[in-house]
Amino acid sequence: MQLNGAQAVLKALEHEGVDTVFGMPGGAILPVYDPLIESSIRHILVRHEQGAGHMASGYAHATGRPGVAVVTSGPAATNMVTPLLDAYMDSIPMVCITGQVALPAIGTDAFQEADTTGITMSATKHNYLVTDVNDIPQIIHDAFHLATTGRPGPVLVDIPKDLVLPSAELEWYTPTGHDLPGYNPVMDGDPAAIAQAARMICEAERPVIYSGGGILRSRAAEVLLELAEMTGIPVVTTLMNRGGFPDDHELCLGMPGMHGNYTAVMAMQEADLLIALGSRFDDRVTGDRGSFAPDAKVIHVDIDPAELGKVRHAHVPIAGDAKSIIAGLNGAIRSLGGAEAQPDRTAWRTTLSGWQEKYPLTYEEHQPGERLKPQAVVEQLRDNTPDDTIVVAGVGQHQMWASQYWKFNHPYTWINSGGLGTMGYAVPAAIGAQVGQPDRMVWAVDGDGCFQMTCQELTTAALEKIPVKIAILNNSYLGMVRQWQELFYDERYSETHLDTLPDFKMMAESMGCVGFRVDSPEEVEATIQKANEVDDRPVVVDFRTLEDEKVYPMVPAGASNSELLVDPSQREG
Amino acid sequence: MSAPENCDLHTIVVLVENKSGVLARIAGLFSRRGFNIESLAVAPTDDERFSRITIVVDVSSTSIDQVVKQLDKLVNVLEIRELDPATSVERELLMVTVAAATPESRREIIDLVQIFDAQVLNVGFKELMVSVAGSPRRLDDFEALLGRYGIVEMQRTGKIALSELVKVDPTA
Ligand SMILES: Cc1ncc(C[n+]2csc(CCOP(=O)(O)OP(=O)(O)O)c2C)c(N)n1
Ligand SMILES: [Mg+2]
Repeated sequence: MQLNGAQAVLKALEHEGVDTVFGMPGGAILPVYDPLIESSIRHILVRHEQGAGHMASGYAHATGRPGVAVVTSGPAATNMVTPLLDAYMDSIPMVCITGQVALPAIGTDAFQEADTTGITMSATKHNYLVTDVNDIPQIIHDAFHLATTGRPGPVLVDIPKDLVLPSAELEWYTPTGHDLPGYNPVMDGDPAAIAQAARMICEAERPVIYSGGGILRSRAAEVLLELAEMTGIPVVTTLMNRGGFPDDHELCLGMPGMHGNYTAVMAMQEADLLIALGSRFDDRVTGDRGSFAPDAKVIHVDIDPAELGKVRHAHVPIAGDAKSIIAGLNGAIRSLGGAEAQPDRTAWRTTLSGWQEKYPLTYEEHQPGERLKPQAVVEQLRDNTPDDTIVVAGVGQHQMWASQYWKFNHPYTWINSGGLGTMGYAVPAAIGAQVGQPDRMVWAVDGDGCFQMTCQELTTAALEKIPVKIAILNNSYLGMVRQWQELFYDERYSETHLDTLPDFKMMAESMGCVGFRVDSPEEVEATIQKANEVDDRPVVVDFRTLEDEKVYPMVPAGASNSELLVDPSQREG
Repeated sequence: MSAPENCDLHTIVVLVENKSGVLARIAGLFSRRGFNIESLAVAPTDDERFSRITIVVDVSSTSIDQVVKQLDKLVNVLEIRELDPATSVERELLMVTVAAATPESRREIIDLVQIFDAQVLNVGFKELMVSVAGSPRRLDDFEALLGRYGIVEMQRTGKIALSELVKVDPTA
């Protein structure tokens, strides 16, 4: 079958099972947009390419399928850099197609030329500059393979305009294999190491399972649950794995790290064995590395061998897919006696439940006349939405409160920007998640600062009738930065006050959304109910929250996790 | 170009796909991860689909393990071998223009050229251009000895290396 390059791009995407792409046309990619009219692929026209990238990411989070963005050359490609790096840091499968100036023009500083592969080299798992129209089917096939296998990540394919013009023809072929001689991700863990890990687990007195985003990427939530229940070992779920182990399970300790709860943080500090599953000892989890979990031996399972020993020495490093390794581990423990083979850990359990009782997450009661308590808003959202609601966060205090106070009982219900901490992630990622899961309720919990970075995508959502719901925890501040200024910079608030502009309700309405503003605690629940009922366009609720509320617990930057600051009401002396 | 103090130099030989941009990926990885390249030599192998890159890396501030694992993540990298200096054969090429304004210095330099099995490549009215190939240590010595005449310009290729061959027939 003779196709031109543009038709081949779309056929290749269809062949990979792509149902939706997020993007915006422009000069260099224009030829690809012409056959799009006949294609079965749904295109969602964004207002800014960063939106397309985060939508693709939200779609991938929510569906497990790679998200796809299509944009033009130059400024469009550079607008994709943030979402690409964001997806790279969080191991999100994504494929981005960028237009490029024609091959003969490359290197001449042509109009809208950018060295896209050069610029995105360190923001992608891999990238391609296509130089022959005949390579299009193979490269796109390889790009999807790279994005979705091994440690997932974003892959970019840069296609010069002359290769997609009607004059650029090729004989279509369906690639059968891959042209990737240097790419062999390890999948199965070393059985000897798995057996050794099983023995260590059966000997540990104070073990903790330190579960990270790799659990979700490898779809290992079930085998993790089996491991925890068989051994009775408690589980912490990092910011990237909220929902990967149910919050309401008695073995769940919740989120560790800088804003983790006391028990999760201290359990890791006091553990004699950390069973790290798809987690990477990120500095936001470890605090000061030198004083992190000083007595713990480490079993470290990760699909990326470079993570093993990168930050923390692993006594038993096991490279491979978390799901298959945990399944292997479950088998190995079972053959040692399973639950029967576990030592008596009553003392450890008592310590943990003592901490849970003494230091639960807490905040002070709302006082009459005050603005809303942000934590209470999150709790009311949680209590007035379905159990499988997908929650998407921006970056800042609101993100931490959402992670802390929501109850995540299902995998793939929590979507946020963990590694890069990208403000503006929530609105587009929520749209992408809703596109991928049209029958689920999707609520974004956003900040007033974050919202103003990408809210233009609500126009996209309104036109596409995507009924995402956005709760702005509007504290009129770049709250997280303000919190640091209050605690560590002598209350000198340099450039963090956002005042009270704009009017988010009016702004939402002008973009075709339903807008609400909530000032008093009595209106919170009723407004959430009203928002839940809207199913044909986006809803924005401007919750006016306290300006000076702080996120606790908190490990000050650079401090040891043992110096965790709990809520002032829980401090002694 | 003798190695600075406090260095811990390792030689790694990396087999890569012979595609454009691969060297940039490797260089980018090294700078991004804060790995220090001491020297680097690249050339196609006997199979034109692949190139071999010999990298001397200073691992005094990073672990060689990380360097190898991060390199291995590059999609275009096929194989990485770390060469132990004790069991590898190393070669490097040096070209140098040295001041030789007086008949005595000219004579002495030519003596050194003979001792070191070097070659005079080009002769100027007050300078000589010479080259020598050998182990990096030997090149360091040659460079040091020429120093007193005044080095005008110098270029070293960075070393290439292969594993030493087995001396004893293991089946015998
Ligand atoms: C793109 C980007 N710019 C700057 C920052 C630094 N930063 C982190 S949190 C934050 C404040 C976010 O403010 P807001 O969205 O209102 O959230 P809040 O903390 O008030 O809940 C800033 C500026 C960032 N993470 N990302
Ligand atoms: Mg704010």
